[in-house]
Amino acid sequence: MLRIVPRREPSRTMQILTPILAVVLTILAGLVLFALLGKDPFRAIYIIFFQPLTSTYALAELTVKATPLVLIGIGLAMGFRAGVWNIGGEGQFVMGALAGGSVALALHGSDGFWILPMMCVAGALGGMVWAAIPAFLRTRFNANEILTSLMLVYVAILLLSVLVHGPLRDPEGQNFPESRLFGDMMTLPVLIESTRAHVGFVVALIAIVVAWLFLQRHILGFQIKVQGQASQAARFAGYSEKRIIWLCLLTSGGLAGLAGTFEAAGPVGQLVPGLPVGYGFTAIIVAFLGRLHPFGVLLGGLVMALTYIGGEAAQIAMSLPSATTRVFQGMLLFFLLAMDLLVNERIRWVPRPKSERAMG
Amino acid sequence: MPDTLLDIRGVSKAFPGVQANDDVSFRISAGEVHALLGENGAGKSTLVKIVYGVMRPDAGLMTLHGKPFAPQKPSEARARGIGMVFQHFSLFEALTVAENIALGIAPDLARDDLRSRIVDVSRRYGLELDPDRLVGELSVGQRQRVEIVRCLLQNPQLVIMDEPTSVLTPQEVEVLFETLCQLATEGCSILYISHKLEEIRVLCDHATILRGGKVVATCTPKEETAKSLAEMMIGETLTPPVKGSAAFGEIRLSINRLSMVADKQFGVDLADISLDVRAGEIVGIGGVAGNGQTRLMAALIGETLVDAADMIVLDGRPVGGLPPEGRRRAGMCFVPEERLGHAAVPEMSLVENAILSARVRKNLSHKGFLNLRTAARYASDIVDRFSVKTAGVNHAARSLSGGNLQKYVVGREIMQAPTVLIAAQPTWGVDAGAAAFIHDALMQLASDGAAVLVISQDLDELFAISDRIAVIANGRLSEAALVADLTIEEIGLRMGGQAHDRKAFHA
Amino acid sequence: MDLVVNILLGIIVAATPLVFAAIGELVVEKSGVLNLGVEGMMIVGAIAGFSVTLESGNYLIGIVSAILAGALMALLFGFLTQTLLANQVATGLALTMFGLGLAALWGQSYSGKTADKFPKLDIPLLSDLPVVGKLVFGQDYLVYLSVALVLAVSWFFRKTRGGLIIRAIGENHEAAHAIGYPVVFYRYLALLFGGGCAGLGGAYLSVVQTPFWAEDMTAGRGWIALALVVFAAWRPGRALLGAYLFGGITILQLHSQGFGVKIEAQYLSMLPYLATIMVLVMISSDRMKVKLNAPACLAQSFRAAT
Repeated sequence: MLRIVPRREPSRTMQILTPILAVVLTILAGLVLFALLGKDPFRAIYIIFFQPLTSTYALAELTVKATPLVLIGIGLAMGFRAGVWNIGGEGQFVMGALAGGSVALALHGSDGFWILPMMCVAGALGGMVWAAIPAFLRTRFNANEILTSLMLVYVAILLLSVLVHGPLRDPEGQNFPESRLFGDMMTLPVLIESTRAHVGFVVALIAIVVAWLFLQRHILGFQIKVQGQASQAARFAGYSEKRIIWLCLLTSGGLAGLAGTFEAAGPVGQLVPGLPVGYGFTAIIVAFLGRLHPFGVLLGGLVMALTYIGGEAAQIAMSLPSATTRVFQGMLLFFLLAMDLLVNERIRWVPRPKSERAMG
Repeated sequence: MPDTLLDIRGVSKAFPGVQANDDVSFRISAGEVHALLGENGAGKSTLVKIVYGVMRPDAGLMTLHGKPFAPQKPSEARARGIGMVFQHFSLFEALTVAENIALGIAPDLARDDLRSRIVDVSRRYGLELDPDRLVGELSVGQRQRVEIVRCLLQNPQLVIMDEPTSVLTPQEVEVLFETLCQLATEGCSILYISHKLEEIRVLCDHATILRGGKVVATCTPKEETAKSLAEMMIGETLTPPVKGSAAFGEIRLSINRLSMVADKQFGVDLADISLDVRAGEIVGIGGVAGNGQTRLMAALIGETLVDAADMIVLDGRPVGGLPPEGRRRAGMCFVPEERLGHAAVPEMSLVENAILSARVRKNLSHKGFLNLRTAARYASDIVDRFSVKTAGVNHAARSLSGGNLQKYVVGREIMQAPTVLIAAQPTWGVDAGAAAFIHDALMQLASDGAAVLVISQDLDELFAISDRIAVIANGRLSEAALVADLTIEEIGLRMGGQAHDRKAFHA
Repeated sequence: MDLVVNILLGIIVAATPLVFAAIGELVVEKSGVLNLGVEGMMIVGAIAGFSVTLESGNYLIGIVSAILAGALMALLFGFLTQTLLANQVATGLALTMFGLGLAALWGQSYSGKTADKFPKLDIPLLSDLPVVGKLVFGQDYLVYLSVALVLAVSWFFRKTRGGLIIRAIGENHEAAHAIGYPVVFYRYLALLFGGGCAGLGGAYLSVVQTPFWAEDMTAGRGWIALALVVFAAWRPGRALLGAYLFGGITILQLHSQGFGVKIEAQYLSMLPYLATIMVLVMISSDRMKVKLNAPACLAQSFRAAT
């Protein structure tokens, strides 16, 4: 019979290998899924996973989708390491977009290089404020941050809806629930001509390096890891749990808020009710796919961005349902979590002792 | 040869990296008290778990009353007349005594009259119990009674006792031994697991001695001396630690009327604890587990801050208001009881674990950034000086054996040259060699002028290394008395008395 | 009077999915497992119940399918967390995301379709009584089932050996294992029950309450159910009470619009979510009390050394 036997130490090889294995398994499961849906499985997999890598435009789109995923994913990964489960990235993303977007709309008609940085600061602050609520409720009232941060996602989306239906609506539009288009000084510079790739991706890359330095070399990053792995040891060392909770939530909220502003000031160019498309939730998968490591998050973000773009392409080319992408992403997370076992355990074949009976 | 009750032949069991039992054979007769003697890690617990059906052997046979015996689960072992009292009790704090007992016996025994039968059995064996109390409210000794009564309700032919006295006061031990003798005269066999030599000499008819998973000797303990038993158990002769002269300096650590409420439902409040420890002195705090030691340790480390700064005074300076890192900077170091998860992060490397508590005193960071090279050098120094067996300082703490990790943890604190060291259970669950090493290191630290406070349930340990001993019972600390003026009995009275009075008031 | 009856009826209908989901999760948590995937199991139950009911034309088959679908999702969770020892929080999130995606995929061709009205209890005379008639004797069958389920779970934990074992396993799985209870097996059972209940709750939403299918129609109810378990301090009766409280908030939101309260609909829609946060804050702030009631082994993986 197969037995799960603990390793004496986590396996470094498996830490790198498991995400790759999970992606491969997801593709295999995808083949089955597409066959069941009556589509040509190999063509679908090709369109989703490989075709986007063949054109400059699609590669540029890849960075557009990866930017919010990576930015949010870094923050979430940091929190998850500390055992701080902020799953309200989507809400913080929306609040960031609202805050940054409001600055742009308030300054409509003005000009100046300072507007965009100001929007970004406002966006980060917006996300931080939204994340500060679960942080405060957890540290002051011991309320579970998983539930509070998630509830605030719904509130944020409703708030965005109210505002673009009312105060932020384009006064020159035909009563459509959307804001004015942002001016030139309020949109992110594009990196490659005639694509949507914007400087936000560069910011995300910088954030990755900073996060890596912070986690590997700084005492606060060290505290985060100790807190997540052995909270009692963190108390012994003298690390303040409250401070770590605040740090993680504010950082992840700020990054998600920044991502929201980038989205509004980048590919979308205005505030619309449909701005949140689930990046905040997908970023949870990104964080795990990246093994909660900043460089991993970058790769994870790119892979997940691929499924978005490939999924859209497959929708058009093969009339695959749009929900397929979501199923795919869910499966990927399952395989990842299942594969995680291999890091700390090994599977061994143990001969079945005589007269052994099945036990739970 | 009298009737053989249980015959164990060639039982082997391996875990990753360790052969816990290697071809173990011995037999237990009816009505016999049989000792299974061995050091921590000798494989005693694994063997009894096999007998009780919690684990299954890789090889070997057992017979009970001459019939094959291979329990697949504890309920099968119980059905064949085997009962077990666990070292770490298998009890549920949030459930009542009666519910706990009902869970541990066959369903048909757990009928409506269970409560009255509990009362009957507990009276007959002098083990008073209230079936409706929550187990969480009971003292450790009372919890053991719950386990014993649960066992006896099934009319067992063999009762396994796994280190039963490690949590009892000397007086409670006497009561337990009376119960066990009564059982043996009634024809019930007892498999008694321990590493305490005196008890085995007093109580047991035969002894099987395990070392490294193998049977190394069998003997009649009453014909042996404690020393000869120890040599069989350890396999070498250990020299007991030698204490230096008792010339103490000024007071370094002073605990003044420290009080603190419990942080959990079944916790113990600390009340009015006062104690001075002088330079060069080792003071021991004895007591049965669960009498406030954990809370006291948290207060001393600074994991929970005390109400007034001057409740804890270090070299004349109040430090009660400082967090752990501040106390370390001021000269205090700590060895908490739990190695994995408290003193060390299991998944982290030895280098990272060095940073955990030595960062401040060893300058392992600069302007917030970690100084990994210095930390690695410090970790290697600890490994060298405390002869820690490890494949390297970049390996995870959990990959070390208990004794080696404990040496690393103690070394990490001692090599910071603290003026005050506070250690809880410094040799709990480690092999004799490591324990002796740690005791030597603690005494060396004291003779170098530090004040050392050791909180331990192991009275032998306290008598071996302490200059003075105080006893904690129910959150109160007795006066510390010179070891020379104390007997085990006196300590036992202090350990038991107060705690039991309070529980009685509740009933 | 009619208005009051209507409001009360509305509350019961709005609360029933929460009752199912919360009572199921309560049993799961009592056994020491935290399944955050309630939302995912609910939505899959909702589409399974709706699609099967529509295709077969038989409510019973539809409802049973929903229960099975929820239980299957829970089985997946169990395999990952109990057998493969995956982190329960992460796996619960994965279950929710997967469930939402799967349901959206499955429900594509059902969007906008509606089902017939679910049958209600109709006892001649009794059901026609004023006020009580409709409230007590005129509900749909599942409402009675939900209340019966709460009573049964309450009885199970207080009076039966099985309930005692589940409590013991949630309290101290090491000890339960040492005295011979197959911890993982019982946890699987609890999970299957919880999954079935969540599936049923989802089906109530799509088959009885609305009755139609819309993507993401659970709209956070699974998460609210999780909060309800905390609110209930793991006691079945209080979970029922909490669910009706939330039903009340939902109805308040609908009716205040009817009363002509001048406020944007979105603000009212925020109410259940804000109320959840409020409730959590009120209940959680007493740390000692939460510790006292929460199963001690909640969300910890268990591995038996054999």
